[in-house]
Amino acid sequence: MFKDIFRKTKYVTIKSGQMQNRTPSSMQEEPANISKKELPDGLWVKCPKCGEVLFNKNIEENARVCTTCEHHFRISARARLALLVDENSFEEWDAELTTLDSLAFPGYEEKLIEAQEKSGMTEGVLTGRAKIEDIPFVVAINEAGFMMGSMGSVVGEKIARAIERAIDLKLPVVIFSTSGGARMQEGILSLYQMAKTSAALGRLAENNLLYISVLTDPTFGGVTASYASLGDIMISEPNALIGFTGPRVIKQTMRQELPTGAQTAEFNQEHGSIDLIVARTQMRPVLARLLRYHQEGALYGSTI
Amino acid sequence: MAQLFEFEKPIAELEHKISELQKFSADKDIDLSQEVATLEKKATLLKKEIYGKLEPWQKVQIARHSERPNFYDYAPLLFEDFIELKGDRLFADDRSISGGIALFHGIAVTVIAQVKGKDTKENIKRNFGMPHPEGYRKAVRLMDQAEKFGRPILTFIDTPGAACDLGAEERGQGEAIARCLLAMSGYRVPVISTVIGEGGSGGALALGVGNVLLMLENSFYSVIAPESCASILWKDTTKAKEAAAALKFTAQDLLRLGVADELVREPQGGAHNNLHQTADELSQVISKYLVRLRSESPEVLREKRYQKLRAIGVFQETADKIYQKDLTKPLD
Repeated sequence: MFKDIFRKTKYVTIKSGQMQNRTPSSMQEEPANISKKELPDGLWVKCPKCGEVLFNKNIEENARVCTTCEHHFRISARARLALLVDENSFEEWDAELTTLDSLAFPGYEEKLIEAQEKSGMTEGVLTGRAKIEDIPFVVAINEAGFMMGSMGSVVGEKIARAIERAIDLKLPVVIFSTSGGARMQEGILSLYQMAKTSAALGRLAENNLLYISVLTDPTFGGVTASYASLGDIMISEPNALIGFTGPRVIKQTMRQELPTGAQTAEFNQEHGSIDLIVARTQMRPVLARLLRYHQEGALYGSTI
Repeated sequence: MAQLFEFEKPIAELEHKISELQKFSADKDIDLSQEVATLEKKATLLKKEIYGKLEPWQKVQIARHSERPNFYDYAPLLFEDFIELKGDRLFADDRSISGGIALFHGIAVTVIAQVKGKDTKENIKRNFGMPHPEGYRKAVRLMDQAEKFGRPILTFIDTPGAACDLGAEERGQGEAIARCLLAMSGYRVPVISTVIGEGGSGGALALGVGNVLLMLENSFYSVIAPESCASILWKDTTKAKEAAAALKFTAQDLLRLGVADELVREPQGGAHNNLHQTADELSQVISKYLVRLRSESPEVLREKRYQKLRAIGVFQETADKIYQKDLTKPLD
């Protein structure tokens, strides 16, 4: 019934023209598609979970979810946005905010350039306002293709600004997290972005504005330990890996092998950390319902 | 005898020579005072030279020294009274975080501190100073009370990082830390955070959202442990020394970056060489800031803390200057 909504007809319009000029190939989606390496023609993809070889077009039409096992492929921030929001409703904010190699960290500049080229984004998060079923909200989406969505000064600042603008505009906030955590290359400055974003969310809460946190694969470290965990409503995509410490580090430091299924969305829900697990194909209608029930018309004494 | 680091060995050798000379002089009744004086002068200079320009990795070693004073060493010297309060009311009492009500310069304050053990047995009890979610939830519980009763909050940071085991994951380590950040950023009472040893990543930051951040001069505060950073960067944990320099995490670095507000002096060679002196310095500096913060109104305290957090970060607002290399390159 929702199939038409998810059929990608057109990308949303992006206001900022800079990125398109700088990296013309950037608007192609799915830079993180592992399978393209094996099947270079891009016509077919192999599902990393069930091993099924799938027709790329069918996957595209299914929100990049495996049609056999429902494995959720990682998708770029812009592709996610296109699946999610009303056409032409997105207004991007702070695209011009860019990173400085403030600590002159070894190899950081090269990493940033590589990340920009790979993702076609200026930094690891896309922010702005948009609409779902005509309901306005503020959105932030981490970009896995940009240093695994890690949070440095720019990511922290863009998220904080988006939240502050949501307060000014009296709009709810939805943040899609995909992140390895705080970005090592900006040292203590990255660490304090956790405090910055959490503080901004504190203000949002004081203004009785809704914050929905959607966790996608993977969400770890400093992002789990800040904005990603502070949602009024906590949602995750199925099977996404979510945790504080990565499984490899747990194994290394604690010599503890995690049980099968640990740190999945389902594990997190079972332990009380997540409200809802929502398939990507259902994300838009579920968010629409939740956003609608927090609109003014839904308050006591009135009807929607 | 305190644990000695490689870089301290020349000093120890010289001091050993001096004491042997003194012993020889006494035994044989020969006056060697001039020779001793020369060597002592040399020792003083050597100490000044070595301790005066410690490298980041050497500071890490001092901050992690097995005899470095922990919170329980400082507490009786800093406070006229300390009543420890335990438990998160949900799961357990975490012994890597101590909290309670203390009397500091005659003022009732709420204290939250991370505590590492001094030996293996105590370290096991305190999980090597790595708090679990229940530790952070206890901290929020006690800090909320401070807010309720208008008590200033003093936090003391000393942890290699938050606990990273299955239990921590099951009980929501990320959420527990995030709630600390959210809670601390909103208080209307003065909050002073002090790094007394190791400031390990998010686990340390959970107690670091203050109006003021103080650091003992040989402490460090980092987004990632130097060993882990080396392992990611160079696939080699033995390069921790290089990572320590790259991460810019010493107290002096943080002061320069505007994250730390003031450094607290330590005795030559580190706090373990003179606990009382360190406690005195700590007490004076904390007291100075507490007096200052108590003169501010609750709303101003809260607003200034928010603005302080908002200002941390380095970036630029224009997309066209960042990557000179990239931008001068013609687009294909």
